[in-house]
Amino acid sequence: MTTPAPATTSAPATAPYVSLRGVGKTYASPRGPVAALANIDLDIRPREFVSVVGPSGCGKSTLLKLVAGLETASSGDIVVDGRALDGPPDRLGVVFQRDVLLDWRSILDNVLLSIEFTRKPRADERQRAAALLDRFGLAGFEHRFPWELSGGMRQRASICRALLADPELMLMDEPFGALDAMTRDDLNVELAQIWQDTRKTLLFITHSIVEAVFLSDRVVMMGKAPGMIVETIAIDLPRPRRLAVRDSAEFAAYVHRIRHHFAELGIVKE
Amino acid sequence: MIGLVRRWLGGDSETRDVVVVLAAALLVWEAGVRLLHPSPLILPAPSAIFAAFLETPGLFLRNLGFTLGMTCIGFVLAVVLGVALAVGIVYSRFLERTVYTLLVALNSIPKVALAPLFVIWMGTGPEPKIAIALMLAIFPIVIDMVLGLRSVDPDMLHLARVSKASPWAVLTKIRFPCALPSLFAGMKVAISFALVGAIVGEFVAGSRGIGFQILVAQGQFDTVRVFVSLLLLGFVGTVLFFLVDYAERLSLPWHVSQRARRQRSTDRA
Repeated sequence: MTTPAPATTSAPATAPYVSLRGVGKTYASPRGPVAALANIDLDIRPREFVSVVGPSGCGKSTLLKLVAGLETASSGDIVVDGRALDGPPDRLGVVFQRDVLLDWRSILDNVLLSIEFTRKPRADERQRAAALLDRFGLAGFEHRFPWELSGGMRQRASICRALLADPELMLMDEPFGALDAMTRDDLNVELAQIWQDTRKTLLFITHSIVEAVFLSDRVVMMGKAPGMIVETIAIDLPRPRRLAVRDSAEFAAYVHRIRHHFAELGIVKE
Repeated sequence: MIGLVRRWLGGDSETRDVVVVLAAALLVWEAGVRLLHPSPLILPAPSAIFAAFLETPGLFLRNLGFTLGMTCIGFVLAVVLGVALAVGIVYSRFLERTVYTLLVALNSIPKVALAPLFVIWMGTGPEPKIAIALMLAIFPIVIDMVLGLRSVDPDMLHLARVSKASPWAVLTKIRFPCALPSLFAGMKVAISFALVGAIVGEFVAGSRGIGFQILVAQGQFDTVRVFVSLLLLGFVGTVLFFLVDYAERLSLPWHVSQRARRQRSTDRA
Protein backbone atom coordinates (compact mmCIF):
# COMPACT_ATOMS: atom_id res chain seq x y z
CA MET A 1 0.00 0.00 0.00
CA THR A 2 1.10 3.54 -0.59
CA THR A 3 0.87 6.29 1.95
CA PRO A 4 -2.26 8.40 1.64
CA ALA A 5 -1.76 11.37 -0.62
CA PRO A 6 -2.65 14.79 0.72
CA ALA A 7 -6.08 15.87 -0.43
CA THR A 8 -5.21 19.38 -1.50
CA THR A 9 -1.72 20.71 -1.92
CA SER A 10 -2.41 24.34 -2.72
CA ALA A 11 -4.43 26.41 -0.25
CA PRO A 12 -7.92 27.02 -1.66
CA ALA A 13 -8.93 30.58 -2.37
CA THR A 14 -12.05 30.28 -0.20
CA ALA A 15 -12.56 28.43 3.05
CA PRO A 16 -13.71 24.86 2.45
CA TYR A 17 -17.39 24.16 3.06
CA VAL A 18 -16.61 20.67 4.31
CA SER A 19 -13.31 19.88 5.94
CA LEU A 20 -12.13 16.53 7.30
CA ARG A 21 -8.86 16.30 9.21
CA GLY A 22 -7.37 12.98 10.25
CA VAL A 23 -10.82 11.40 10.36
CA GLY A 24 -11.01 7.74 11.28
CA LYS A 25 -13.89 5.40 12.03
CA THR A 26 -13.51 2.16 13.92
CA TYR A 27 -16.34 -0.31 14.50
CA ALA A 28 -16.48 -2.85 17.28
CA SER A 29 -16.93 -6.39 16.01
CA PRO A 30 -16.88 -9.82 17.70
CA ARG A 31 -13.31 -10.26 16.46
CA GLY A 32 -12.14 -6.94 17.82
CA PRO A 33 -12.18 -3.40 16.44
CA VAL A 34 -12.34 -3.01 12.66
CA ALA A 35 -11.01 0.16 11.09
CA ALA A 36 -13.45 1.27 8.38
CA LEU A 37 -11.77 4.58 7.69
CA ALA A 38 -8.33 5.85 8.62
CA ASN A 39 -6.69 9.21 8.45
CA ILE A 40 -9.02 10.91 5.98
CA ASP A 41 -8.02 14.44 5.03
CA LEU A 42 -10.46 16.04 2.62
CA ASP A 43 -11.58 19.57 1.85
CA ILE A 44 -14.61 20.34 -0.29
CA ARG A 45 -14.87 23.92 -1.45
CA PRO A 46 -18.20 25.69 -1.66
CA ARG A 47 -20.04 24.77 -4.88
CA GLU A 48 -17.56 22.05 -5.69
CA PHE A 49 -18.58 18.64 -7.06
CA VAL A 50 -16.43 15.97 -5.44
CA SER A 51 -16.83 12.27 -6.14
CA VAL A 52 -15.46 9.51 -3.98
CA VAL A 53 -14.77 6.37 -5.94
CA GLY A 54 -13.52 3.11 -4.56
CA PRO A 55 -14.14 -0.62 -4.30
CA SER A 56 -16.97 -2.13 -2.25
CA GLY A 57 -16.26 -2.05 1.45
CA CYS A 58 -13.74 0.78 1.30
CA GLY A 59 -15.79 2.85 3.69
CA LYS A 60 -17.02 5.44 1.22
CA SER A 61 -20.59 5.18 2.50
CA THR A 62 -19.27 5.50 6.04
CA LEU A 63 -17.50 8.67 4.96
CA LEU A 64 -20.80 10.08 3.72
CA LYS A 65 -22.61 9.13 6.94
CA LEU A 66 -19.91 10.91 8.93
CA VAL A 67 -20.31 14.12 6.93
CA ALA A 68 -24.10 13.80 7.23
CA GLY A 69 -23.72 13.67 11.01
CA LEU A 70 -25.46 10.29 11.09
CA GLU A 71 -22.41 8.64 12.62
CA THR A 72 -19.65 10.09 14.75
CA ALA A 73 -15.99 9.82 13.83
CA SER A 74 -13.75 7.76 16.10
CA SER A 75 -10.93 10.21 15.57
CA GLY A 76 -10.20 13.48 13.79
CA ASP A 77 -12.31 16.57 13.14
CA ILE A 78 -15.11 17.29 10.70
CA VAL A 79 -16.06 20.90 10.07
CA VAL A 80 -19.07 21.84 7.93
CA ASP A 81 -19.76 25.47 7.12
CA GLY A 82 -17.26 26.64 9.72
CA ARG A 83 -18.73 24.61 12.58
CA ALA A 84 -17.52 21.37 14.12
CA LEU A 85 -20.04 18.69 13.32
CA ASP A 86 -22.50 17.75 16.03
CA GLY A 87 -25.34 15.81 14.44
CA PRO A 88 -26.63 16.49 10.92
CA PRO A 89 -25.58 19.94 9.67
CA ASP A 90 -28.17 22.52 8.67
CA ARG A 91 -29.13 22.94 5.04
CA LEU A 92 -28.25 19.40 4.08
CA GLY A 93 -29.84 17.22 1.41
CA VAL A 94 -29.13 13.51 1.19
CA VAL A 95 -29.90 10.99 -1.56
CA PHE A 96 -29.42 7.32 -0.78
CA GLN A 97 -28.86 4.38 -3.10
CA ARG A 98 -32.44 3.29 -2.51
CA ASP A 99 -34.97 6.03 -3.05
CA VAL A 100 -36.75 5.36 0.29
CA LEU A 101 -39.99 6.93 -0.93
CA LEU A 102 -42.99 6.27 1.31
CA ASP A 103 -45.47 4.01 -0.46
CA TRP A 104 -48.53 5.67 1.05
CA ARG A 105 -47.64 9.16 -0.13
CA SER A 106 -48.00 10.51 -3.63
CA ILE A 107 -44.83 11.58 -5.40
CA LEU A 108 -45.56 15.23 -4.60
CA ASP A 109 -46.16 14.45 -0.92
CA ASN A 110 -42.97 12.43 -0.82
CA VAL A 111 -41.01 15.39 -2.16
CA LEU A 112 -42.66 17.66 0.43
CA LEU A 113 -41.75 15.26 3.21
CA SER A 114 -38.33 16.82 3.83
CA ILE A 115 -40.16 20.00 4.88
CA GLU A 116 -43.16 18.28 6.45
CA PHE A 117 -40.90 16.59 8.99
CA THR A 118 -40.63 19.91 10.78
CA ARG A 119 -43.56 22.04 9.61
CA LYS A 120 -46.46 22.35 7.20
CA PRO A 121 -45.24 23.22 3.71
CA ARG A 122 -46.25 26.64 2.40
CA ALA A 123 -48.08 27.11 -0.87
CA ASP A 124 -44.94 28.40 -2.60
CA GLU A 125 -43.06 25.32 -1.43
CA ARG A 126 -45.72 23.11 -2.95
CA GLN A 127 -45.29 25.01 -6.20
CA ARG A 128 -41.53 24.65 -5.93
CA ALA A 129 -41.89 20.90 -5.43
CA ALA A 130 -44.11 20.66 -8.51
CA ALA A 131 -41.63 22.75 -10.49
CA LEU A 132 -38.75 20.51 -9.41
CA LEU A 133 -40.68 17.42 -10.46
CA ASP A 134 -41.43 19.08 -13.77
CA ARG A 135 -37.76 19.83 -14.25
CA PHE A 136 -36.94 16.14 -13.73
CA GLY A 137 -39.55 15.07 -16.26
CA LEU A 138 -42.07 13.98 -13.66
CA ALA A 139 -44.81 16.46 -14.56
CA GLY A 140 -48.10 14.58 -14.53
CA PHE A 141 -46.81 12.06 -12.01
CA GLU A 142 -47.23 14.30 -8.93
CA HIS A 143 -50.28 12.41 -7.73
CA ARG A 144 -49.09 8.95 -8.66
CA PHE A 145 -47.70 6.64 -6.02
CA PRO A 146 -44.08 5.48 -5.90
CA TRP A 147 -44.92 1.91 -6.82
CA GLU A 148 -46.49 3.14 -10.03
CA LEU A 149 -43.16 4.59 -11.20
CA SER A 150 -39.99 3.06 -12.65
CA GLY A 151 -36.75 2.94 -10.66
CA GLY A 152 -35.29 5.90 -12.51
CA MET A 153 -38.37 8.04 -11.91
CA ARG A 154 -38.40 7.12 -8.24
CA GLN A 155 -34.78 8.13 -7.84
CA ARG A 156 -35.51 11.41 -9.66
CA ALA A 157 -38.27 12.05 -7.12
CA SER A 158 -35.90 11.35 -4.25
CA ILE A 159 -33.42 13.86 -5.71
CA CYS A 160 -36.25 16.41 -5.87
CA ARG A 161 -36.99 15.69 -2.22
CA ALA A 162 -33.37 16.39 -1.29
CA LEU A 163 -33.33 19.60 -3.36
CA LEU A 164 -36.66 20.98 -2.13
CA ALA A 165 -35.39 22.68 1.02
CA ASP A 166 -32.68 24.32 -1.11
CA PRO A 167 -29.75 22.75 0.74
CA GLU A 168 -26.25 24.16 0.72
CA LEU A 169 -24.66 20.72 0.83
CA MET A 170 -25.82 17.65 -1.06
CA LEU A 171 -24.61 14.18 -0.18
CA MET A 172 -25.36 11.38 -2.62
CA ASP A 173 -24.58 7.78 -1.72
CA GLU A 174 -24.36 5.73 -4.92
CA PRO A 175 -27.72 7.15 -6.02
CA PHE A 176 -27.66 5.52 -9.45
CA GLY A 177 -26.09 2.23 -8.40
CA ALA A 178 -29.32 0.27 -8.65
CA LEU A 179 -30.38 1.64 -12.05
CA ASP A 180 -29.89 0.18 -15.50
CA ALA A 181 -27.08 1.63 -17.60
CA MET A 182 -29.23 3.78 -19.90
CA THR A 183 -31.29 5.30 -17.09
CA ARG A 184 -28.05 5.90 -15.26
CA ASP A 185 -26.64 7.85 -18.21
CA ASP A 186 -29.82 9.96 -18.35
CA LEU A 187 -29.60 10.75 -14.67
CA ASN A 188 -25.90 11.58 -14.95
CA VAL A 189 -26.73 14.23 -17.54
CA GLU A 190 -29.69 15.55 -15.54
CA LEU A 191 -27.62 15.75 -12.36
CA ALA A 192 -24.78 17.52 -14.18
CA GLN A 193 -27.31 20.06 -15.47
CA ILE A 194 -29.04 20.69 -12.18
CA TRP A 195 -25.69 21.03 -10.45
CA GLN A 196 -24.61 23.52 -13.12
CA ASP A 197 -27.76 25.57 -12.43
CA THR A 198 -27.86 25.39 -8.65
CA ARG A 199 -24.18 24.89 -7.79
CA LYS A 200 -24.61 22.99 -4.57
CA THR A 201 -21.58 21.75 -2.73
CA LEU A 202 -21.85 18.10 -3.63
CA LEU A 203 -20.23 14.96 -2.29
CA PHE A 204 -21.02 12.04 -4.56
CA ILE A 205 -20.21 8.44 -3.69
CA THR A 206 -19.94 5.96 -6.54
CA HIS A 207 -18.11 2.85 -7.63
CA SER A 208 -18.23 3.88 -11.27
CA ILE A 209 -15.06 5.61 -12.46
CA VAL A 210 -16.82 6.85 -15.61
CA GLU A 211 -19.63 8.39 -13.59
CA ALA A 212 -17.17 10.05 -11.22
CA VAL A 213 -15.11 11.59 -14.02
CA PHE A 214 -18.18 12.73 -15.94
CA LEU A 215 -19.76 14.55 -13.01
CA SER A 216 -16.95 15.83 -10.86
CA ASP A 217 -14.58 18.70 -10.37
CA ARG A 218 -12.42 16.36 -8.35
CA VAL A 219 -12.35 12.60 -7.95
CA VAL A 220 -11.17 11.18 -4.66
CA MET A 221 -9.88 7.62 -4.94
CA MET A 222 -10.17 5.38 -1.93
CA GLY A 223 -8.45 2.11 -1.11
CA LYS A 224 -9.75 -0.43 1.32
CA ALA A 225 -9.01 -2.11 4.67
CA PRO A 226 -8.81 0.40 6.19
CA GLY A 227 -10.49 2.88 3.86
CA MET A 228 -8.18 5.74 3.08
CA ILE A 229 -7.68 8.26 0.34
CA VAL A 230 -5.06 7.06 -2.11
CA GLU A 231 -5.22 9.86 -4.66
CA THR A 232 -7.18 12.96 -5.56
CA ILE A 233 -7.51 13.92 -9.21
CA ALA A 234 -8.84 17.25 -10.51
CA ILE A 235 -11.05 16.77 -13.56
CA ASP A 236 -10.43 19.64 -15.93
CA LEU A 237 -13.12 19.03 -18.54
CA PRO A 238 -15.23 21.86 -19.95
CA ARG A 239 -18.75 22.38 -18.60
CA PRO A 240 -21.58 22.03 -19.29
CA ARG A 241 -20.80 18.40 -19.99
CA ARG A 242 -22.81 16.29 -22.37
CA LEU A 243 -22.58 12.54 -22.72
CA ALA A 244 -20.41 13.05 -25.81
CA VAL A 245 -17.59 14.25 -23.56
CA ARG A 246 -17.11 10.62 -22.64
CA ASP A 247 -15.89 9.95 -26.18
CA SER A 248 -13.12 12.53 -25.91
CA ALA A 249 -9.47 11.62 -25.50
CA GLU A 250 -9.11 13.69 -22.31
CA PHE A 251 -12.04 11.87 -20.70
CA ALA A 252 -10.55 8.50 -21.63
CA ALA A 253 -7.21 9.60 -20.23
CA TYR A 254 -8.76 10.48 -16.86
CA VAL A 255 -10.62 7.20 -16.69
CA HIS A 256 -7.51 5.32 -17.69
CA ARG A 257 -5.40 7.11 -15.12
CA ILE A 258 -7.79 6.30 -12.28
CA ARG A 259 -8.28 2.69 -13.35
CA HIS A 260 -4.54 2.25 -13.82
CA HIS A 261 -3.91 3.62 -10.36
CA PHE A 262 -6.45 1.26 -8.82
CA ALA A 263 -4.82 -1.58 -10.75
CA GLU A 264 -1.41 -0.67 -9.38
CA LEU A 265 -2.86 -0.88 -5.91
CA GLY A 266 -4.24 -4.31 -6.73
CA ILE A 267 -7.84 -3.08 -6.28
CA VAL A 268 -9.02 -3.68 -9.85
CA LYS A 269 -7.66 -5.88 -12.62
CA GLU A 270 -6.15 -4.05 -15.56
CA MET B 1 -84.34 -19.22 -14.84
CA ILE B 2 -81.19 -20.71 -16.38
CA GLY B 3 -80.15 -17.26 -17.56
CA LEU B 4 -80.52 -15.93 -14.04
CA VAL B 5 -78.31 -18.66 -12.59
CA ARG B 6 -75.75 -18.09 -15.31
CA ARG B 7 -75.66 -14.37 -14.64
CA TRP B 8 -75.18 -15.02 -10.95
CA LEU B 9 -72.44 -17.53 -11.72
CA GLY B 10 -70.69 -14.95 -13.87
CA GLY B 11 -70.73 -12.31 -11.14
CA ASP B 12 -68.29 -11.62 -8.31
CA SER B 13 -66.34 -14.86 -8.32
CA GLU B 14 -65.04 -14.51 -4.75
CA THR B 15 -68.49 -14.37 -3.14
CA ARG B 16 -69.81 -16.98 -5.55
CA ASP B 17 -67.07 -19.48 -4.64
CA VAL B 18 -67.67 -19.01 -0.92
CA VAL B 19 -71.42 -19.48 -1.27
CA VAL B 20 -71.03 -22.54 -3.50
CA VAL B 21 -68.56 -24.23 -1.14
CA LEU B 22 -70.71 -23.54 1.95
CA ALA B 23 -73.89 -24.70 0.25
CA ALA B 24 -72.16 -27.87 -0.93
CA ALA B 25 -70.89 -28.63 2.58
CA LEU B 26 -74.39 -28.20 4.03
CA LEU B 27 -75.88 -30.41 1.31
CA VAL B 28 -73.37 -33.19 1.98
CA TRP B 29 -74.11 -32.90 5.71
CA GLU B 30 -77.86 -33.02 5.16
CA ALA B 31 -77.60 -35.96 2.77
CA GLY B 32 -75.27 -37.82 5.13
CA VAL B 33 -77.67 -37.45 8.06
CA ARG B 34 -80.65 -38.55 5.97
CA LEU B 35 -78.83 -41.58 4.55
CA LEU B 36 -76.95 -42.79 7.63
CA HIS B 37 -79.40 -41.77 10.36
CA PRO B 38 -76.97 -40.95 13.15
CA SER B 39 -78.53 -40.32 16.55
CA PRO B 40 -79.79 -36.71 16.72
CA LEU B 41 -77.87 -36.53 20.01
CA ILE B 42 -74.64 -36.90 18.03
CA LEU B 43 -75.28 -35.07 14.79
CA PRO B 44 -78.51 -33.30 13.83
CA ALA B 45 -79.25 -32.36 10.22
CA PRO B 46 -78.77 -28.74 9.09
CA SER B 47 -82.50 -28.50 8.42
CA ALA B 48 -83.25 -29.48 12.05
CA ILE B 49 -80.70 -26.93 13.29
CA PHE B 50 -82.29 -24.21 11.20
CA ALA B 51 -85.73 -25.18 12.49
CA ALA B 52 -84.48 -25.00 16.10
CA PHE B 53 -83.15 -21.53 15.46
CA LEU B 54 -86.50 -20.41 14.07
CA GLU B 55 -88.28 -21.62 17.21
CA THR B 56 -86.63 -18.97 19.37
CA PRO B 57 -84.72 -16.63 17.09
CA GLY B 58 -85.04 -13.73 19.55
CA LEU B 59 -83.37 -15.67 22.35
CA PHE B 60 -80.41 -16.67 20.18
CA LEU B 61 -79.96 -13.23 18.66
CA ARG B 62 -80.14 -11.49 22.05
CA ASN B 63 -77.47 -13.76 23.45
CA LEU B 64 -75.42 -13.44 20.30
CA GLY B 65 -75.65 -9.67 20.65
CA PHE B 66 -74.30 -9.87 24.18
CA THR B 67 -71.36 -12.05 23.16
CA LEU B 68 -70.71 -9.81 20.19
CA GLY B 69 -70.67 -6.76 22.48
CA MET B 70 -68.15 -8.36 24.86
CA THR B 71 -66.00 -9.39 21.89
CA CYS B 72 -65.99 -5.96 20.28
CA ILE B 73 -65.33 -4.05 23.52
CA GLY B 74 -62.48 -6.44 24.37
CA PHE B 75 -61.09 -6.17 20.85
CA VAL B 76 -61.20 -2.38 20.71
CA LEU B 77 -59.56 -2.10 24.13
CA ALA B 78 -56.91 -4.60 23.00
CA VAL B 79 -56.16 -2.53 19.89
CA VAL B 80 -55.90 0.75 21.82
CA LEU B 81 -53.85 -0.68 24.68
CA GLY B 82 -51.80 -2.93 22.40
CA VAL B 83 -50.79 -0.11 20.07
CA ALA B 84 -49.88 2.13 23.02
CA LEU B 85 -47.82 -0.64 24.60
CA ALA B 86 -46.08 -1.40 21.30
CA VAL B 87 -45.12 2.26 20.85
CA GLY B 88 -43.80 2.33 24.42
CA ILE B 89 -41.82 -0.85 23.88
CA VAL B 90 -40.26 0.39 20.65
CA TYR B 91 -39.31 3.79 22.10
CA SER B 92 -38.14 2.72 25.54
CA ARG B 93 -35.37 0.23 26.23
CA PHE B 94 -36.71 -0.02 29.77
CA LEU B 95 -40.24 -0.97 28.67
CA GLU B 96 -38.79 -3.37 26.14
CA ARG B 97 -36.80 -5.18 28.83
CA THR B 98 -39.65 -5.23 31.33
CA VAL B 99 -43.11 -5.12 29.74
CA TYR B 100 -42.22 -6.92 26.53
CA THR B 101 -40.41 -9.73 28.33
CA LEU B 102 -43.31 -10.03 30.77
CA LEU B 103 -45.84 -10.14 27.93
CA VAL B 104 -43.94 -12.87 26.14
CA ALA B 105 -43.71 -14.84 29.38
CA LEU B 106 -47.44 -14.36 30.02
CA ASN B 107 -48.24 -15.40 26.48
CA SER B 108 -46.73 -18.82 27.09
CA ILE B 109 -49.23 -19.55 29.90
CA PRO B 110 -52.48 -21.04 28.59
CA LYS B 111 -54.47 -17.85 29.16
CA VAL B 112 -57.81 -19.64 29.19
CA ALA B 113 -56.65 -21.14 32.49
CA LEU B 114 -56.67 -17.64 33.97
CA ALA B 115 -60.40 -17.17 33.32
CA PRO B 116 -61.57 -18.47 36.76
CA LEU B 117 -59.18 -16.02 38.41
CA PHE B 118 -60.81 -13.14 36.51
CA VAL B 119 -64.21 -14.25 37.76
CA ILE B 120 -62.93 -14.18 41.35
CA TRP B 121 -61.55 -10.70 40.76
CA MET B 122 -64.40 -9.15 38.79
CA GLY B 123 -67.52 -11.17 39.49
CA THR B 124 -69.94 -12.63 36.98
CA GLY B 125 -70.94 -9.48 35.07
CA PRO B 126 -69.59 -8.33 31.69
CA GLU B 127 -66.21 -7.27 33.13
CA PRO B 128 -64.43 -10.65 33.24
CA LYS B 129 -65.67 -11.49 29.71
CA ILE B 130 -64.27 -8.24 28.37
CA ALA B 131 -61.06 -8.76 30.33
CA ILE B 132 -60.51 -12.27 28.98
CA ALA B 133 -61.30 -11.17 25.42
CA LEU B 134 -58.85 -8.29 25.88
CA MET B 135 -56.16 -10.54 27.32
CA LEU B 136 -56.38 -13.03 24.48
CA ALA B 137 -56.54 -10.37 21.76
CA ILE B 138 -53.77 -8.08 22.95
CA PHE B 139 -50.82 -10.42 22.37
CA PRO B 140 -50.94 -10.70 18.59
CA ILE B 141 -51.53 -6.95 18.40
CA VAL B 142 -48.54 -6.00 20.56
CA ILE B 143 -46.21 -8.51 18.97
CA ASP B 144 -47.14 -7.65 15.36
CA MET B 145 -47.20 -3.91 16.07
CA VAL B 146 -43.73 -3.97 17.66
CA LEU B 147 -42.44 -5.84 14.63
CA GLY B 148 -44.12 -3.35 12.30
CA LEU B 149 -42.83 -0.27 14.10
CA ARG B 150 -39.33 -1.71 13.93
CA SER B 151 -39.29 -2.77 10.31
CA VAL B 152 -38.66 0.69 8.92
CA ASP B 153 -35.95 1.19 6.32
CA PRO B 154 -32.90 2.53 8.23
CA ASP B 155 -32.24 5.00 5.40
CA MET B 156 -35.76 6.38 5.90
CA LEU B 157 -34.86 7.09 9.53
CA HIS B 158 -31.55 8.61 8.38
CA LEU B 159 -33.51 10.88 6.09
CA ALA B 160 -35.72 11.93 8.99
CA ARG B 161 -32.69 12.73 11.13
CA VAL B 162 -31.07 14.75 8.38
CA SER B 163 -34.36 16.68 8.00
CA LYS B 164 -34.38 17.34 11.77
CA ALA B 165 -37.62 15.45 12.29
CA SER B 166 -38.96 15.31 15.84
CA PRO B 167 -39.54 11.88 17.41
CA TRP B 168 -43.27 12.57 17.11
CA ALA B 169 -42.97 13.28 13.38
CA VAL B 170 -40.96 10.08 12.92
CA LEU B 171 -43.66 8.12 14.73
CA THR B 172 -46.65 9.60 12.93
CA LYS B 173 -45.20 10.11 9.47
CA ILE B 174 -42.98 7.03 9.15
CA ARG B 175 -43.17 4.37 11.82
CA PHE B 176 -46.94 4.24 12.32
CA PRO B 177 -47.99 4.07 8.66
CA CYS B 178 -45.17 1.60 8.09
CA ALA B 179 -46.54 -0.60 10.87
CA LEU B 180 -50.17 -0.55 9.68
CA PRO B 181 -49.91 -3.72 7.56
CA SER B 182 -48.50 -5.57 10.58
CA LEU B 183 -51.16 -4.08 12.84
CA PHE B 184 -53.90 -5.36 10.56
CA ALA B 185 -52.28 -8.80 10.45
CA GLY B 186 -52.36 -8.79 14.26
CA MET B 187 -55.94 -7.52 14.33
CA LYS B 188 -57.12 -10.34 12.07
CA VAL B 189 -55.78 -12.87 14.56
CA ALA B 190 -56.96 -10.80 17.53
CA ILE B 191 -60.61 -10.50 16.46
CA SER B 192 -61.01 -14.29 16.51
CA PHE B 193 -59.16 -14.50 19.84
CA ALA B 194 -61.47 -11.88 21.32
CA LEU B 195 -64.49 -13.98 20.38
CA VAL B 196 -62.87 -17.04 21.98
CA GLY B 197 -62.18 -14.96 25.11
CA ALA B 198 -65.79 -13.79 25.39
CA ILE B 199 -67.09 -17.35 25.05
CA VAL B 200 -64.61 -18.68 27.62
CA GLY B 201 -65.72 -15.93 29.99
CA GLU B 202 -69.35 -17.01 29.56
CA PHE B 203 -68.42 -20.66 30.06
CA VAL B 204 -66.73 -19.97 33.37
CA ALA B 205 -69.44 -17.82 34.88
CA GLY B 206 -72.38 -16.08 33.33
CA SER B 207 -76.06 -15.99 32.68
CA ARG B 208 -76.03 -14.46 29.22
CA GLY B 209 -74.36 -14.90 25.89
CA ILE B 210 -73.89 -17.66 23.34
CA GLY B 211 -71.33 -19.40 25.56
CA PHE B 212 -73.94 -19.63 28.30
CA GLN B 213 -76.53 -20.90 25.79
CA ILE B 214 -74.15 -23.69 24.80
CA LEU B 215 -73.70 -24.67 28.45
CA VAL B 216 -77.47 -24.74 29.05
CA ALA B 217 -78.12 -26.80 25.92
CA GLN B 218 -75.33 -29.19 26.89
CA GLY B 219 -76.91 -29.68 30.33
CA GLN B 220 -80.16 -30.69 28.59
CA PHE B 221 -78.38 -32.87 26.01
CA ASP B 222 -80.00 -30.58 23.46
CA THR B 223 -77.45 -31.14 20.70
CA VAL B 224 -79.50 -29.23 18.14
CA ARG B 225 -79.36 -26.03 20.18
CA VAL B 226 -75.60 -26.48 20.74
CA PHE B 227 -75.25 -26.61 16.97
CA VAL B 228 -77.40 -23.51 16.49
CA SER B 229 -75.05 -21.62 18.81
CA LEU B 230 -71.95 -23.01 17.13
CA LEU B 231 -73.12 -22.10 13.65
CA LEU B 232 -74.08 -18.61 14.82
CA LEU B 233 -70.60 -18.23 16.33
CA GLY B 234 -68.98 -19.42 13.11
CA PHE B 235 -71.05 -16.94 11.12
CA VAL B 236 -70.30 -14.01 13.44
CA GLY B 237 -66.59 -14.89 13.64
CA THR B 238 -66.35 -14.92 9.85
CA VAL B 239 -68.19 -11.62 9.51
CA LEU B 240 -65.91 -9.99 12.12
CA PHE B 241 -62.81 -11.26 10.34
CA PHE B 242 -63.94 -9.90 7.02
CA LEU B 243 -64.87 -6.57 8.57
CA VAL B 244 -61.24 -6.22 9.70
CA ASP B 245 -60.13 -7.37 6.26
CA TYR B 246 -62.35 -4.74 4.68
CA ALA B 247 -61.02 -2.02 6.99
CA GLU B 248 -57.52 -3.06 5.93
CA ARG B 249 -58.36 -2.67 2.25
CA LEU B 250 -59.76 0.79 2.88
CA SER B 251 -56.75 1.87 4.96
CA LEU B 252 -53.92 0.39 2.93
CA PRO B 253 -54.63 0.92 -0.75
CA TRP B 254 -50.86 1.41 -1.17
CA HIS B 255 -49.78 -1.91 0.31
CA VAL B 256 -48.35 -4.66 -1.90
CA SER B 257 -51.18 -7.02 -0.97
CA GLN B 258 -53.81 -4.53 -2.17
CA ARG B 259 -52.14 -3.24 -5.31
CA ALA B 260 -53.46 -5.73 -7.82
CA ARG B 261 -56.86 -4.04 -7.72
CA ARG B 262 -55.50 -0.59 -8.42
CA GLN B 263 -52.81 -1.49 -10.85
CA ARG B 264 -55.17 -2.68 -13.54
CA SER B 265 -55.82 0.86 -14.69
CA THR B 266 -52.31 2.26 -14.34
CA ASP B 267 -49.82 1.97 -17.13
CA ARG B 268 -46.40 1.47 -15.67
CA ALA B 269 -43.75 3.83 -16.91
